[in-house]
Amino acid sequence: MSTLIFRTMARLVAIVMIVFSLYILLRGHNEPGGGFIGGLIAASAIALFAMAHGVGRVRQVLRVNPIAIAGAGVVLAALSGVLSALTGQSYLTGLWLPAYAFGTPGLFDIGVYFAVVGTLVAIALALEDDGEAH
Amino acid sequence: MELSFDVFAVSILLAPFIAALLAPLVSRGTGPAAGWILAIAPAALFACLFSFIGDVAAGVPQRIAIDWVPALGLSLGFYIDGLSLTFGLLITGIGALIIVYASAYLSSHPQRGRFLAFMLAFMGAMLGLVLADGFVSLFVFWELTSVTSFLLIGFDTARVEARRAALQALVVTGIGGMALLAAGVLLHSASGTWDYAGAFALGGALRVSAIYPWLLGLIALAAFTKSAQWPFHFWLPNAMEAPTPVSAYLHSATMVQAGVYLLARMSPVLGGTPQWMLLLSVVGGVTLLWGALVALSQTDLKQMLAQTTIASLGLLVLLLGIGGETAAIAVAAYFVAHALYKAALFLVVGIIDKGTGTRDITALGGLRDSLTISFIAGGLAAISMFGLPPFLGWFAKEEMYASTGLDGWVLLAVMVAGNALLSVVALAIAIRPFMGTLKPTPSGPKEGPFAMWLGPSLMGLAGLAVVFVVGTYGDLVLAPMAGAIVGEAVENHLYLHFDPLGLPLWLSVVTWAVAGLVYWRLDTVREVLAGLLRRVRWSFDKGFDQVMFALVQLAGAMTRVLHHGRLELYVGILFVALALALFVPLSVAGSWPAIAAPELLPHEWAVLALGVVGVVTVVLARSRLLAVLALGVQGLAVGLLFILFGAPDLGFTQLMVEAISVVIVALVMTRLHLDAKDPRPLEDLWRDGALALICGLGVAGLLLKVLAVPFDARLSEFFAANSYALAHGRNVVNVILVDFRGLDTLGEISVVMAAGIAVLTLIRRQKRDAPGARRGARKGAAA
Repeated sequence: MSTLIFRTMARLVAIVMIVFSLYILLRGHNEPGGGFIGGLIAASAIALFAMAHGVGRVRQVLRVNPIAIAGAGVVLAALSGVLSALTGQSYLTGLWLPAYAFGTPGLFDIGVYFAVVGTLVAIALALEDDGEAH
Repeated sequence: MELSFDVFAVSILLAPFIAALLAPLVSRGTGPAAGWILAIAPAALFACLFSFIGDVAAGVPQRIAIDWVPALGLSLGFYIDGLSLTFGLLITGIGALIIVYASAYLSSHPQRGRFLAFMLAFMGAMLGLVLADGFVSLFVFWELTSVTSFLLIGFDTARVEARRAALQALVVTGIGGMALLAAGVLLHSASGTWDYAGAFALGGALRVSAIYPWLLGLIALAAFTKSAQWPFHFWLPNAMEAPTPVSAYLHSATMVQAGVYLLARMSPVLGGTPQWMLLLSVVGGVTLLWGALVALSQTDLKQMLAQTTIASLGLLVLLLGIGGETAAIAVAAYFVAHALYKAALFLVVGIIDKGTGTRDITALGGLRDSLTISFIAGGLAAISMFGLPPFLGWFAKEEMYASTGLDGWVLLAVMVAGNALLSVVALAIAIRPFMGTLKPTPSGPKEGPFAMWLGPSLMGLAGLAVVFVVGTYGDLVLAPMAGAIVGEAVENHLYLHFDPLGLPLWLSVVTWAVAGLVYWRLDTVREVLAGLLRRVRWSFDKGFDQVMFALVQLAGAMTRVLHHGRLELYVGILFVALALALFVPLSVAGSWPAIAAPELLPHEWAVLALGVVGVVTVVLARSRLLAVLALGVQGLAVGLLFILFGAPDLGFTQLMVEAISVVIVALVMTRLHLDAKDPRPLEDLWRDGALALICGLGVAGLLLKVLAVPFDARLSEFFAANSYALAHGRNVVNVILVDFRGLDTLGEISVVMAAGIAVLTLIRRQKRDAPGARRGARKGAAA
């Protein structure tokens, strides 16, 4: 399965997919997209890369345990609501920069993105190598 | 005024816990002085509570409430009346002395700081329990005493007996805690509030209501388990595995008295009925005689005291069952007297144990010269227990005998017999180890340090000193406490007098005479009783083990039935349940929807056909990999349909989910080492196919049914109108996810992550459990 063509293309496609997933994530508030879909795309990109170059290489590139990425995502989403609680409004009330360029719901969505990527990649990689880096 | 009261209430509640947090630091930093420093907290609380004594005696109970969960009408309240004040004073007063004692008792123990922390935390829980105004806070502190006493009893974690005793105490008192919670909920349903005032306002109405028998049963179960009443008494002697200061504290004025407190607190609303009197006097009477007889069969000083504690608790329950003013005063007088002499005697036994290396009564003798101070302290306490005038114990006994007339002769006989046997134990503990000829002991004999004999001496003296202020003592302590038990003001009639014509005095004389007689033949009596207990092979302690063993067996059997590990059965049951849930309502209650041919454009027909091809391929495919891929094709077709019919977000997500599930299912299949082809026999295929068909038809029918219902557009219109105005985003789906219903999403991604962690754990565990063996086993099961 791991032919030269596949390996070369997988690298390119994975990069394009990850960039595309970030685009989908960021445009999600006004156009179709969002953290969940973005996360799924990024996870497929990483799974594709893993098929071509091996799980060990993926773990090397990621540096951190993917489940920790998921944890960081959940924490980020949870913390994005604390900001408004600190200003006396109820938890998870959206706070916005001027002209509504970006706000805490965006942070929340990024948290969703990481939670989805982290969990799926953790499962996919562990199924290949029993969850232990080589 | 309002604020300072709140601050005061919170500081009473928190002081012991703060002291507990500091205890390890203080213990490490100050060494021998730790006990003295940490005792400041209970001593200050004692002084604080003492300042209420005048107001309370004047008939003005103090109520302090802080809002806790205002939305549920819950407040954290304190209620200081005669009952809770007396308990509180003994908890903090004896507590301070025992902290000082414990610090010296465990002076060389590496975990001394932790021990003192547990003691102080337990004290805080116990204080909260008696001061709580309302069932929610009562329950919380009640359970907290169970948990902290678990830590104290099991303090010596290296010994299996200590761990077992701790667990046993937790299980037995935990059952009572559940009963207490249920009783609180029942009372709440009757009165509409959680606090005592609401329950008391019901008055006599509660006694004739339908819930009364339930309420009485639950409260009694809670009290009997906590206060070690027969047949729940067995945990208390085992709790002697704890270090001696724990026994002295838990079994004098705290822990085991919580049940007595509960019955006393509830007696104004629940007491006085025939059921109450029968239940309490029978259980209390049996416990009294049982504990007193078993106490005589023991040779271990600590076990003797533990068994007499059971007996004394039985006596208190019996008196609460009798009811009435005099019985209430007797409860108050006996509670205080018992707390002081029992704590003192336990502490003296601790000194003997430390000073000689044994606490076997048959191995001790002649310690009066070496342990003089302990001898005097223990002697004073024992005289109070024996009930000689003018000691506190004597007043308590007189009140007891005056609480019922000659028509209650059975009760009087039980009380005289119980008191006589308890007096024998008092004589034995005060005389045997100290008098006679000096016997050789494993070490010592050596008197304890000042910090250790201070407590027992003060408590022993207190039992005597009261005689000088007996009128004031009755007015300020006993009458208010009795008043709280009866539910109305009680006149104090305690004074030093001998009425040669009165029944109580003569009953006291009989008690002493019987006690003297039994003591004269103590060794024979002990042999006979111990022999009897040996002959009965079964004990309640063994019964506890049998029940626990049966529970584990039952849990194991249930697990084997429900969790058999055969995946195809799990999945089968899941789908049968789904089919039933879909089919039964549609065919029994409703009607099947009409099916009309849809009007679709050519390219929409094409996508639909793609999906159908996918499904048919899944069913017909010979190899599993092809089936998985075909399932992905079918999912893609569904995703395309979503996009065509105006749900781009949904369609997009569906596409990605399909792609990833194909990858993950393929990976899982490589790990499962399945055959490349489906090995099911034909009849299995028919069965599974039928099930799949029924589920599919059910889902389709349900969806058509849902579509037939007129569409309520209120929610969609709200989100369409407000998505940009309120949340500044035009993608309604995403705005709902991250803003309108953000908390739901937060919960969902947490679940996603938790599921990921679970999957990782399963994968890693599978690898650890010798893969070769398991793989073989699984293949065997599948074949």
